[in-house]
Amino acid sequence: MHEISSADIIENLFVFVLASFLGLELIRGVSRLLHTPLMSLTNAISSIAIVGSLLLVTAHGMDRTTTLLGAAAICCSAINAIGGFMITERILKMFKRKGGAA
Amino acid sequence: MKTQFVYLAAAALFILSIKWMSQVRSSRRGNWAGSLAMLLAVAGTLAYTGVTTTSLGWVAGAIALGAVIGIPMAVFMPMTAVPQRTALSHAFGGLAAGLVGTAEYLQYAPHINHFAMGALATEMLLGYLTFTGSMLAFGKLQEIIPTQPIIYPLRNIISIATLLVAIGSGVFLTMHPENATVMWVLMGASLLFGILLVLPIGGADMPTVIAILNSYAGLSASAMGFVMNNKLLIIAGALDGSSGLILSILMCKAMNRSFANVLFAGVGQTIVKAQTGPAKSVKAYTVEDAVSMLDGARMVIIVPGYGLAVAQAQHAVKELAAVLHQRGTEVKYAIHPVAGRMPGHMNVLLAEADVPYDDLLELEHVNPLFPEADMAIVLGANDVVNPAARHDKSSPIYGMPILDVDKARSVMVVKRSMNPGFAGVDNELFYLDNTMMVFGDAKKVVMEMVADFKRIAA
Repeated sequence: MHEISSADIIENLFVFVLASFLGLELIRGVSRLLHTPLMSLTNAISSIAIVGSLLLVTAHGMDRTTTLLGAAAICCSAINAIGGFMITERILKMFKRKGGAA
Repeated sequence: MKTQFVYLAAAALFILSIKWMSQVRSSRRGNWAGSLAMLLAVAGTLAYTGVTTTSLGWVAGAIALGAVIGIPMAVFMPMTAVPQRTALSHAFGGLAAGLVGTAEYLQYAPHINHFAMGALATEMLLGYLTFTGSMLAFGKLQEIIPTQPIIYPLRNIISIATLLVAIGSGVFLTMHPENATVMWVLMGASLLFGILLVLPIGGADMPTVIAILNSYAGLSASAMGFVMNNKLLIIAGALDGSSGLILSILMCKAMNRSFANVLFAGVGQTIVKAQTGPAKSVKAYTVEDAVSMLDGARMVIIVPGYGLAVAQAQHAVKELAAVLHQRGTEVKYAIHPVAGRMPGHMNVLLAEADVPYDDLLELEHVNPLFPEADMAIVLGANDVVNPAARHDKSSPIYGMPILDVDKARSVMVVKRSMNPGFAGVDNELFYLDNTMMVFGDAKKVVMEMVADFKRIAA
């Protein structure tokens, strides 16, 4: 197990808090028109959890159970990552201005 | 070390991705930036961490299976099913986080320190409750499960008790990571809480609930980042978490309700009795009446609601708008923030029918236009156009910002029947002197109007 110290936790909390505030500012600027594709995009982004499951499955000396659960998690995240960006693209392509320009 | 640089680049791209998403013009670039970041993160992880050949087989198999399921879902899914698909993807996100949590616990317990265990418990709690909650939301949106709130005695006490059990076992595990039984209790209570959270939620509150689940799915990924000491996961998860938070706050504001009210009030389970007094009557009209009223109109505002999505009437509406436009009528669309089943639902539906997005007007911009409009056409919307929200303090929707359709010279309401809307409130709009009710399926009525106009023109 990754040994986690209190220093790690504090450092990570800094990153978390700063990223959250940045996220709040950025999202506030998103046009209401795009709230559906925004949600499908951020959902695809949160499938970054795939990195966590990859690290778990590829680490040395894993039990069979761990590998199986990790592989199931990779599959779930892959569905979201691949499908999420594709559906977002499909939705965004439909938005047109008057006269047909995007 | 090399991996960290790749992760840093990916994190920066994710941030740019959301920044570019703010406007239609740059939004597709934003989506590509996000896809590239994801690809980098996965490739960087596999390239620079010691992957064994056996584990590589598992990885390739799992990703291939994900592609086999994910690609057809993205390519063939009808646009009207976007809310369901979104709920389903939140479920997958939550499940992935939960499973990794359980796997890590089983692999490493009892050699887990308190800090890691605290993060692990948070990850499992958020992941599993998002999974079951989103599956239930999916079931309701797909109408596998009744969309009305499901209400049972003592439901709030049962829900809160379940949440307390989940949090309590998380705290206990943090103190005593070796106690595996408590891990299963945590897992079970989290799964159960997700179900209890969404059961009493009705269809029209779905936009808020989907946004909240979106936030939880992100936060569970962030919690996984704390467990694995991985900053990319923390950043990407936090971006998703804050996005869901903002969207749910916007949805609550648009209904003038609090989070607690959405989650615990179970609005919609009882039908509020229409006021006693003289029986009110509505004026039912035919399609021909409506068409003659529209003849010569200068401006018409169309108000779409969930009924439009159910009837799949978006293409018919676009045709009606085209016919009206040919006759010199200006056509605008009024979009209420909570119309439909998820944030932005109506915009996507109309975009699919090639309605230019400059014609889709938000509440603040369209309300000043209603007094100038010759007619407002309400298609499958109900509570968001009920004038009672402005003045009737006893109404459950009092204070909700509404579209002022009643201020238009005349209002045409297309509705299947006189059934009240989701909030179970009788709609005053239907009884106003300037309101004409046309009963029928939105798509059928609109198509008949188009045909009628064409007959006149011929």
